Order: sequence, then C-alpha cells, then structure tokens
Amino acid sequence: MTIDSSPVKYTPALPGQPAPDIATISGGRPVFRAELPDGRVVWLVTGYANVRQMVIDRRFSRALAVAPGRARQGFEMFAAGSINGMDPPEHTRLRRLVASAFTARRVEALRPRVAATVNGLIDEMADRPQPADLVAGFSLPLPAQVICEMLGVPAADLGRFHAWSDTILADWQRDPDEIMTALAGLYGYFVTLIESKRARPADDLISALIAARDDADRLSEQELTVMCCTLLIGGHETTANQINVSLLLLFDHPGEVAKLRADPGLIPGAVEELLRCSRLGGLPPARVTTEDVRIGGVVIPAGEQVMPLLGTANRDPLMFADPDRLDVTREAASHLTFGAGLHHCLGAQLARVELQEAFRGLIGRLPGLRLAVPASALEFKPGMAIHSLRALPVRWDEP
Amino acid sequence: MTRWKVSVDKNVCISSAMCVALAPGRFVLDKQQRSGPVEAEIDPDEVVRDAAASCPSEAISLVDVSTGQPVDLD
Repeated sequence: MTIDSSPVKYTPALPGQPAPDIATISGGRPVFRAELPDGRVVWLVTGYANVRQMVIDRRFSRALAVAPGRARQGFEMFAAGSINGMDPPEHTRLRRLVASAFTARRVEALRPRVAATVNGLIDEMADRPQPADLVAGFSLPLPAQVICEMLGVPAADLGRFHAWSDTILADWQRDPDEIMTALAGLYGYFVTLIESKRARPADDLISALIAARDDADRLSEQELTVMCCTLLIGGHETTANQINVSLLLLFDHPGEVAKLRADPGLIPGAVEELLRCSRLGGLPPARVTTEDVRIGGVVIPAGEQVMPLLGTANRDPLMFADPDRLDVTREAASHLTFGAGLHHCLGAQLARVELQEAFRGLIGRLPGLRLAVPASALEFKPGMAIHSLRALPVRWDEP
Repeated sequence: MTRWKVSVDKNVCISSAMCVALAPGRFVLDKQQRSGPVEAEIDPDEVVRDAAASCPSEAISLVDVSTGQPVDLD
C-alpha cells in the first residue's frame, strides 16, 4: 500500500479560466490526497477508468458524505434529505418514483414542446434590438420553463426560483445562513404548492408524486417536498449554463459550427462532444469510503472523503484520442459529465433533448451568432458551484 | 419457481451504469461501456427488478420464462 503523506494544494479553476494541470499538481499520481481552498483534505480521483470505477462503486457513499457532522452548512445539508445525498435502499425507493418521468422515451415525447419553447424564445429575441442577452432571453428561461411545465409550477413564479437557485448553488464563498434562508424559502413555496395541488390535482409530476404519497404511502411528506426542490434546482442552472459554456466553445470553433449548419443531423453528436469538452462546475459532490477501497494503485482507508474529477475522465487520452480538440463528429457519448452509477444525472435525457433543440434553433435561425463583447468582459456569478454567466451578450446576422 | 430471462438492448443503453451500481454481479459493462447481463437467466431477484425499473433508457427487459410475459416492474 502506498503511504500518501502530505496533501497537495488543489484549487479548482475559476469560471472562464483553464483547468489546472492535474498531472503537475498530482505528480503524475492518478489518485492523490489534496487540500481544498476551504481546508478540507480529500482524495481526488482522476482518469476515465478510475473515475468510472469510483462513481459506480457503492463503497463510495454519498449518504456518509452529507451525514450530520460531516455535511457543510447549506447545499450539503439540503442534499442529505434528497436523492442526491442518499444510498440504497432509500435512494432506490425515491429515485424509482421519479425515474419513469425522465426516461429517454418520456423525454422524447416532450421534444416538440421543447422545440416550440426554443422557437418562441428566439422569436422574442429576434423582435428586439441587438445585442441580446442570451442568458436572460434564452438559456435560463428554456430549461426553467421546461422543468416548471413538467412539475406543474406556475411560470409566473420563475423569477423567485432564479434568486433561490442562485443562492443555493453557491459554494464556499457564500454565507451559509443565506443558503439556509433560500432553502427555507424554496421549501416553503413547495409546501404551499403541494397543498393546492392536493386539493386540485393536475396532469403533472407534483400531482403524480402526491398520489404516490397519499394513495400508496411510498414517500413521506418531507421527502415529497424535498424531491420537488431537487428537481427544480437540478433542472435549472445546470442546463442553462451548459448552453452558455457550449456556445462559448463553439464561438472559438467557427469551422465546427459550419459543419453543424451544413448538416444539422450532426447536432446530437455535437451535444455529446460539447458535454465532454466543456467545464460546467468546480468541485463535484464528495463521497466517503465505507471500507478500505483499492483504486488507481492506492488503498483509500475507510471514512475518507473522495471526489471524482470528471473533467480528467472526459479528457483522458486513453479514452478520447487528441482529447483537447473539439470535434463535433467524434463518438463522445461515453463522457462522464452526467456521472454514472446510482447518481447518474436523473435529468440527463431531458438535458440532451433541451441542448439538441437549443443548438438546432440557435444555429439554424441565428446565422453568424457571435459574442457582442470581448470574451474577457464576460462576468460569472461569484462563488457558484456551477459556473454561471451573469449575461451573454450576442449578435447575429440579420436576414 | 419460475426463472427470469434478462436482456439489455445495447442500442438503447446510454451507459449510465445504473444497473451495474444497483445490482453488482448481475450486470457488467463491455468495452464500449454498454451494459449486459452477467447471466441471461436468473432466479427472480428484486434487485434486478429495481435495476430494470430504474434504467434511464428502459434498455433492460425481464421476461418470465414460464409465461413468456414481461415481468411487472412496479
């Protein structure tokens, strides 16, 4: 067994900055101990095979990582009550209740509605003078409207969610009390909405979950409420900023955009390649070993915090040839951006449909789409676990 | 007691590895990261039923060998 003595300092890249060179930081070790900016010492796992092994192996527990005494204030305390922070059997029971709403087949049926939403948002942007802010006009409202329709949340309440979601997804730079206040606001909102849906059920996911609770006792009232919060947060800032960071990548690769304009059939594959290449967030959720686990040539003792560096998996040359090159014709679907195993992103298929329709619309209808400001002038929201652009000013060629 | 026939449609599988994590020893990924059953025919197993019901692409099929009917996933 390797004795991995003193941890190395590891600071995740700031939004818009290149990823740190892991091989230099780790001294070439695929699994190593690191000290994070907040002082936590964790094991970092790199490379496709190791990351994949780790996220599938249940000896790396999410529930232990967010258990009382370990969870940090804020998001991790919230996660402890959600499927994001559970192990089987609780995780299996709750995830099955919502899994059927997010299957490839069910989400495919939503595609026409997603495409119509895309077209409506582009119509509105095209009616106004340029430049347009793509964040406010497109990338945020698209996933927000889609998840609100699925859940049965009134669209009029969208503005309140943006504020709560911004605060909840903040990381260590944010005051934990603010996060707890936002969580309480979101939770209270759903308590009220669930009561009104219970009185007047509709054809939506919240009503279906209420029936699963009231008719079959398959989840508690608190689990029901937290599930609503989880789905809303999960289906919101993530997809919005995946659209943003993907577009920033495409702006730097006009040749790839030309291929997509010439053959929109390439768009689904391009979405996978953009998911592989772009970096959406800083640190992934931590897990804790339930026993000693051998991985990447070392043994991580029981009770240690471990994080998978997904970006190093997605740019592993053993898995993806010439990994730093964006190639929209590449077979990239085995990327690990959605994770894998029990916590594979519940909304992965929905995100794929949203991203495919978003780029079909933006590339097809807004020729010459480009930044209206220098890339260096783009501002990210501070302290976000997801790298969230404040605004994305764009122009395009008028027809 | 009846037996279940387990199969995975590799054209539908999206490599989430949900089944491998939920039912270790029952499913295994190939080189392309697509899932397949370790054994094609098994005794009824609730964990395998969980895996089939949880698959995000509904790629897993369970058939009751004695009746030839799909196994109820609920």
